[in-house]
Amino acid sequence: MGANETGPIGQAVRRREDARFLTGTGQYTDDVTMPRQTCAYFLRSPHAHANIRSIDTKAAKAAPGVVAIYVGADLTGVNGLPCGWLITGTDGKPMNEPPHPVLAQGKVRHVGDPVAVVVAESLLEAKDAAEMIAVDYEVLPAVVSGVDALKPGAPQIHEQAPGNKCYTWALGDKAAVDAAFATAHHVSKVDIVNNRLVPNAIEPRAAVASYNRAEQSYTLYVASQNPHVERLLMTAFVLGLPETKVRVIAPDVGGGFGSKIYLYAEETALVWASKHVNRPIRWAADRSEAFISDAHGRDHVTHAEMAVDKDGRFLAMRVTTTANLGAYLSTFASCIPTILYATLLAGQYTTPAIYCEVTAAFTNTVPVDAYRGAGRPEATYVVERVVHQVGVDLGIAQDEIRRRNFIRAFPYATPVALTYDTGNYDQTLDEAMRMADVAHFTSRKAEAARRGKLRGLGYSSYIEACGLAPSNIAGALGARAGLYEAGEVRVNPTGGVTVFTGSHSHGQGHETTFAQIVADKLGIDMANVEIVHGDTGRIPFGMGTYGSRSLAVGGTAIVKAIDKVVAKGKKIAAHLLEAAETDIEFKDGKFTVAGTDRSKAFGEVALAAYVPHIYPLDKLEPGLNETAFYDPTNFTYPAGTHICEVEIDPDTGVTEVVNFVACDDFGNIINPMIVEGQVHGGLAQGLGQALLENCVYDAKTGQLLSGSFMDYAMPRADDLPTFKVSTKVTPCTHNPLGAKGCGEAGAIGAPAAMMNAVHDALLGVGVKDIQMPASPHRVWQAIQSAKAGA
Amino acid sequence: MYTFELKKADSVANAAALLAASGGKALAGGQSLVAALKLRLAQPGTLVDLSGIAELKGIRREGTHVVIGAMTRHADVAASAEVKVGIPALAALAEGIGDRQVRNMGTLGGSLANNDPAACYPAAVLGLDAVVHTSKRKLAAADFFKGMYETALAEDELITSVSFPVPAKAAYVKFVQPASRFALVGVFVAQTAGGVRVAVTGAGSSVFRAKALEDALAKSFTADAAKAVKVPATGLNSDLHGSAEYRAHLISVLAARAVTAAG
Ligand SMILES: Cc1cc2nc3c(=O)[nH]c(=O)nc-3n(C[C@H](O)[C@H](O)[C@H](O)COP(=O)(O)OP(=O)(O)OC[C@H]3O[C@@H](n4cnc5c(N)ncnc54)[C@H](O)[C@@H]3O)c2cc1C
Repeated sequence: MGANETGPIGQAVRRREDARFLTGTGQYTDDVTMPRQTCAYFLRSPHAHANIRSIDTKAAKAAPGVVAIYVGADLTGVNGLPCGWLITGTDGKPMNEPPHPVLAQGKVRHVGDPVAVVVAESLLEAKDAAEMIAVDYEVLPAVVSGVDALKPGAPQIHEQAPGNKCYTWALGDKAAVDAAFATAHHVSKVDIVNNRLVPNAIEPRAAVASYNRAEQSYTLYVASQNPHVERLLMTAFVLGLPETKVRVIAPDVGGGFGSKIYLYAEETALVWASKHVNRPIRWAADRSEAFISDAHGRDHVTHAEMAVDKDGRFLAMRVTTTANLGAYLSTFASCIPTILYATLLAGQYTTPAIYCEVTAAFTNTVPVDAYRGAGRPEATYVVERVVHQVGVDLGIAQDEIRRRNFIRAFPYATPVALTYDTGNYDQTLDEAMRMADVAHFTSRKAEAARRGKLRGLGYSSYIEACGLAPSNIAGALGARAGLYEAGEVRVNPTGGVTVFTGSHSHGQGHETTFAQIVADKLGIDMANVEIVHGDTGRIPFGMGTYGSRSLAVGGTAIVKAIDKVVAKGKKIAAHLLEAAETDIEFKDGKFTVAGTDRSKAFGEVALAAYVPHIYPLDKLEPGLNETAFYDPTNFTYPAGTHICEVEIDPDTGVTEVVNFVACDDFGNIINPMIVEGQVHGGLAQGLGQALLENCVYDAKTGQLLSGSFMDYAMPRADDLPTFKVSTKVTPCTHNPLGAKGCGEAGAIGAPAAMMNAVHDALLGVGVKDIQMPASPHRVWQAIQSAKAGA
Repeated sequence: MYTFELKKADSVANAAALLAASGGKALAGGQSLVAALKLRLAQPGTLVDLSGIAELKGIRREGTHVVIGAMTRHADVAASAEVKVGIPALAALAEGIGDRQVRNMGTLGGSLANNDPAACYPAAVLGLDAVVHTSKRKLAAADFFKGMYETALAEDELITSVSFPVPAKAAYVKFVQPASRFALVGVFVAQTAGGVRVAVTGAGSSVFRAKALEDALAKSFTADAAKAVKVPATGLNSDLHGSAEYRAHLISVLAARAVTAAG
């Protein structure tokens, strides 16, 4: 694939960015200091649901060090935060879109809802003053579960959303599904809770906003995954500012996992206030604040049924889901449980008819949005849990039930709106089974049984749609933004290359991967390639990083820009070599006249472009600087099989993940070491969800019970086995890199693999149904109730 | 955090006087106190730093007892030859507290004074029938722990050391709460001069002795004897991580494992 057989593409090049991260020299938002800076502190609602009768800031404003205090009423001319995706319901009406104020307007709707911002000389003074603000709340009954919120008589959260409903939306052919169910040999059913998660990037959200009176312009440093989207939404929808007057810089960012995609209230308030106080303002969330203000993930309740024939062939699937969106619509909240979810319900299988209905509810909880995988982990969990159940019900082995239904002819149009371009699901399943030593599982199970332990094996043959996204398809489905990516390749006079990418790296290693591509394609040393990202003042208008899109879409934009550089380079070289342009070949960093040894090095051509003494100035502009925007023609479809082996101690309910293997097909791979790292991280998050993590609200008061690491269990290294990972390749057919994306696969595939293993282990003791996370307490209780019921 | 004044004490008497005069709080390893300060859950005007008081540090063998100074860090207890030889169960308990950073800062005295219902040391103190020495008096373990985050200590009273009798056999088995990794339930089993003692942490509002287990183990010091005891769930903690019934069940399971581990 590389222009150069031994070039950097495909090599496990060490990550160039790690030296600065590991030695503490990275520049994160909170490292930015400015002259005359002030500190902001947000006063947040302690109640899940309350009317605000009055706010008295008088004493607080007089407190030492206070520069200004703003409440909702002060934000005149400031609109609410927008939602970037319009979902149209089964009733043909647009979703209910209640306002999402930057600071509470008369009502608070979740614990953590921002009520006031205090700007002071120091953080300590801002906090002290915030304690002096007297808010008179009229506390209202709260509802925290999506299912409860939709029941008659539930507390009403928004005037604009009767019954707390955002929408009921559906995908698929209901009549065909009903018909298939009516005559099916068997129907397997599962009830599923996809537990709510708190993202917890290592760097909390942070922002530093400043206003320049001379230029009447703003600069915002913010921990964001997509600075241009942040700027577009903030200027055009909320603050009514010209985009040209706002520069958004997302410097080093310590993890995002989706939670830093969105436009949040805090940075918006900071930008607005920075002009009013005419001083820079900084804010960084502490961890407790992050728990109640970062968008959460997942939170689905689902009933799924699969109709099968007597051989276990899937005839139709029916899925009903209630999605909890939290108190307000976060930036992409509406599309996660719909477009990014129901479209994946075919999985790797030829299920001919699928119908999915989703009702999205508002609740008195933190808004829910995309979190690593975003909709696709939820879909995979549904598909793979129900497929597992079919295998159990019909007594068909788990690999066999999958094989009987695999898609093998590509391209394949699913009944849920996607067309898979390529894949080979047998190959990843076979390899995963070999790696997991499935052949000897029975003897391991027997050995464990002799020690009083229960062993189980679980499969997850997942698929995801990545490389977001063809803008026209997304637009037809309700997206309010484009989803292309941009790349600029600036060749400098001495041959060094600066690449400006719209993708944003917050842990993914783009500074290495993208440099490998450029070095490979141009036949130059990686040391001569610099990757610039995350600054609207420097990069072309880009859409940022999420949905495993950076390589497939952002990388392709760079490749397209390189192609333009090479094309222009050939023209220059032809002139220098006094040959016809059509006779010039570019290979190994050299422009050569075909069939001769006459050539010009890439650096010589670059110099000629900027010092155009011998140059076709009448026909060609000087300079070597090309930009490309790339809009993909299809999604990419990474897929694979994960197999998990667990051992459960029935005395305590402790589940140990004793083995986990992943065989993934990400298409072509630029840097196998980085890919492996991405898979490890994704698996840790996926197993975190299945084994440990659980965001829990008190059903009555709406207080967040798991509001710190004392109660919210993050996965730690010793909770996890040494992962065994490998890859197989079917190159993506529609981008020049043949790449599909790897960032989310681990989090998508792992939960179902582990929970299927838990169900397999507990089948013998009569447990039929257990939800994530498989905490010791829950597993023990499930065993007890199975015993009691037996 | 709120602003506070930090005073460094150089002797126990000095520290006690500073506390009495200021109405402030003693600062040991800060692993519980500083977190509370950061969350603005505590607002002491003065902190009296105990880290410079030499007489509060150190571990020594005194005949049938191992005596540990209040300011001795968990890591030092875990690594101590005296403790490993005399009461290996105590060294192992200290090794299982928190993480490396916590063990390098947190102290025995701080842990006991804090009396977190899920802390580990209280189980050893009660399980071994240790004596808590303070700046004012000596307290038997049974008289020291008063309830959730409550002890017999007066505001200006400092723990100076703890004297642990060396048991014939002992073991501590901790079942971690998955998030905090404090004890969801921890059981300390010991064969002491005064008979078999079983102390339980994590399960109730404060550490307590499990009488039924002690009786069963006095008759037969075997894992099966412990496992056969059904501990009642009444009065036990119930939260996100485990119901009272689950905790009750774990008490017998862990006691059985502790008996096995005690050898
Ligand atoms: C991440 C983490 C994990 C932890 N895991 C565990 C665990 O698994 N098991 C466990 O048992 N503990 C655990 N802890 C708590 C840890 O053991 C603390 O060290 C302990 O609770 C307090 O000890 P300290 O020396 O830090 O006391 P400090 O935090 O300094 O003080 C605590 C309280 O004791 C008072 N105090 C301190 N010394 C004295 C004294 N000599 N006389 C009278 N009063 C005094 C202080 O005034 C304060 O009120 C953990 C802590 C953290 C942060």
